[in-house]
Amino acid sequence: MTTETLLRVENLKKHFPIRGGVLGKEIGSVKAVEGVSFEVKKGETLGIVGESGCGKSTTGRMLLRLIEPTDGKIYFEDQDVTELSTSDMRKLRRDMQMVFQDPFASLNPRHTVEKILEEPLKVHGIGTPKERKQKVRELLEIVGLSSYHAKRYPHQFSGGQRQRIGIARALMTQPKLIIADEPVSALDVSIQAQVLNLMQDLQKEFQLTYIVIAHDLGVVRHISDRVGVMYLGRMAELTESEKMYDKPLHPYTQALLSAVPIPDPLYEKDSIVLEGDIPSPSNPPSGCAFHTRCPYKMDVCTQKVPELREHEPGHYVACHLYTEEGSAAGQNKQLPEEGKHE
Amino acid sequence: MGEPAQKLDPVNKSPQEETISPWKEAWRKFRKNKIALVGTSIVFFFILIAIFAPLIAPQGINEQDLPNRLQPPSSDFWFGTDDFGRDIFSRVVFGARLSLTVGFLAVVGSAIVGSMLGIIAGYYGKWVDTIISRIFDIMLAFPSILLAIAVVSILGPSLRNALIAIAIINIPNFGRLIRSRVLSVKEEEYIMAAKAIGMSDSRILFSHVLPNSMTPIIVQGSLAIATAILEAAALGFLGLGAQIPEPEWGAMLAASRALLVQAPWTLFFPGLAIMLAVLGFNLMGDGLRDALDPKMKT
Repeated sequence: MTTETLLRVENLKKHFPIRGGVLGKEIGSVKAVEGVSFEVKKGETLGIVGESGCGKSTTGRMLLRLIEPTDGKIYFEDQDVTELSTSDMRKLRRDMQMVFQDPFASLNPRHTVEKILEEPLKVHGIGTPKERKQKVRELLEIVGLSSYHAKRYPHQFSGGQRQRIGIARALMTQPKLIIADEPVSALDVSIQAQVLNLMQDLQKEFQLTYIVIAHDLGVVRHISDRVGVMYLGRMAELTESEKMYDKPLHPYTQALLSAVPIPDPLYEKDSIVLEGDIPSPSNPPSGCAFHTRCPYKMDVCTQKVPELREHEPGHYVACHLYTEEGSAAGQNKQLPEEGKHE
Repeated sequence: MGEPAQKLDPVNKSPQEETISPWKEAWRKFRKNKIALVGTSIVFFFILIAIFAPLIAPQGINEQDLPNRLQPPSSDFWFGTDDFGRDIFSRVVFGARLSLTVGFLAVVGSAIVGSMLGIIAGYYGKWVDTIISRIFDIMLAFPSILLAIAVVSILGPSLRNALIAIAIINIPNFGRLIRSRVLSVKEEEYIMAAKAIGMSDSRILFSHVLPNSMTPIIVQGSLAIATAILEAAALGFLGLGAQIPEPEWGAMLAASRALLVQAPWTLFFPGLAIMLAVLGFNLMGDGLRDALDPKMKT
């Protein structure tokens, strides 16, 4: 794996306005993404996990500018994506593709598979009609379908097969980066593994870089080199996949991991059960957004937003337990035990 | 590759398995619907009559035969004759031409204009949507026949102007239908996917949004032809559409209304033709709706 950075995101924000009143004035905003920064290196897979509503899908869509960011910068190969014109952005999408969550909704029911797969090539003016048809057949074989499937319509396929078509569509233009938004959450568990393995094989074959967005920690662990945990529009923790699972630092990550069921009936788990609901992103808590549910809450947590800092090399965490203010204020508090969840 | 490209799912049995397009699927459902087939047969029956009217009609439409005026139906005059001795059967046969043409052209016109406005309103939203939708609301606030009368009185009474009037009053029906359809289609994930592969807005509109909004247009269109025929007849009856002596069914009813007691056949047969044509299009339209869009069933 090279260490070259393919994508760099700086302080990305998205606020959706809430309109109300007779004149439709803006009366507030949903802070879906509130300052997210990360880097993706060439050839790696970055997993992004979090509860529903934490802003992970919005982040993924902003990278392609399917949703316009409110603020922040996105650099793709050192090119500022947020500054591009709409038509330049469309051209750039040749290099950045997306795999969608619902394979039943992401394929146009009135188009044949051939038409669906040919479309990216047509849009970017790649190849002659004959070459395009050839490429469609090639890719169908690559994703584990057959070339005779080209003449069929999406409703003639199962969920897993449709997701393969979705992946083939993303691969048509030979992109560098693929953003997969919950690529397997709509599939049966038995099919999930097949699709994930396919994605890994394709990554090796085509030197792809992935950003995989998921709520399933098992899925993310299986496929990711590094994992970022999001909570209420912010990155709580970001590190290598193994470190995250062996030694989670952020109390939220610890709670998430302890909620993963372990397939052993004799295993007695002292799980951390989070109380309360995820707060409303239109009115997020002051300071650390997680303080309303955090078992280690300190005074500083309600006042100051913790920054995402490098606690150990390559292990970033946004928590006052690991900052100077935090350790000064919480001397009496015990640090959460680490490495308990394996 | 680690995992070879295997054929995983049991859905595919053989390469020979046929392609089932959404249209084929709809046709299969439609074919099973007996009532819809009856409606379609009626529609085709009228279409054939309209095409071959000169061959079917035993007499011309305006051949007066005064000695034989107000004859009841007989083997010579199947539907009887009117007060000028004209053969009502011939006139009803030629009337099919007028009514079907008016119905078809008016609906095609309003469907095209209405769909364009609806698509623009639905896809671009915001103030464009507000303006177009309010215009539709204003048009729908009037009873349709009243609006048609207003349009005809501006343009002057004739069959052509009745056609234009009917087309205009049907625009908001199509427009609103397509607008709501576009609103739901544009939120579909495959539209997002089309954007993600770098498609432009106009391309998405014509290659994804429009084809997926077609089925309600077809259904509404077939039902609207029925209404349009009825409206044309109503305008003809009021003397605002086809002008005497044109053999338009509504105008024929109007011309003979004084003869209701004396010669009921002069009213019965044009009335029957209107009823049958409207019934045929309605049954066919209902069948199309069930076949094309099962979710729309009410």
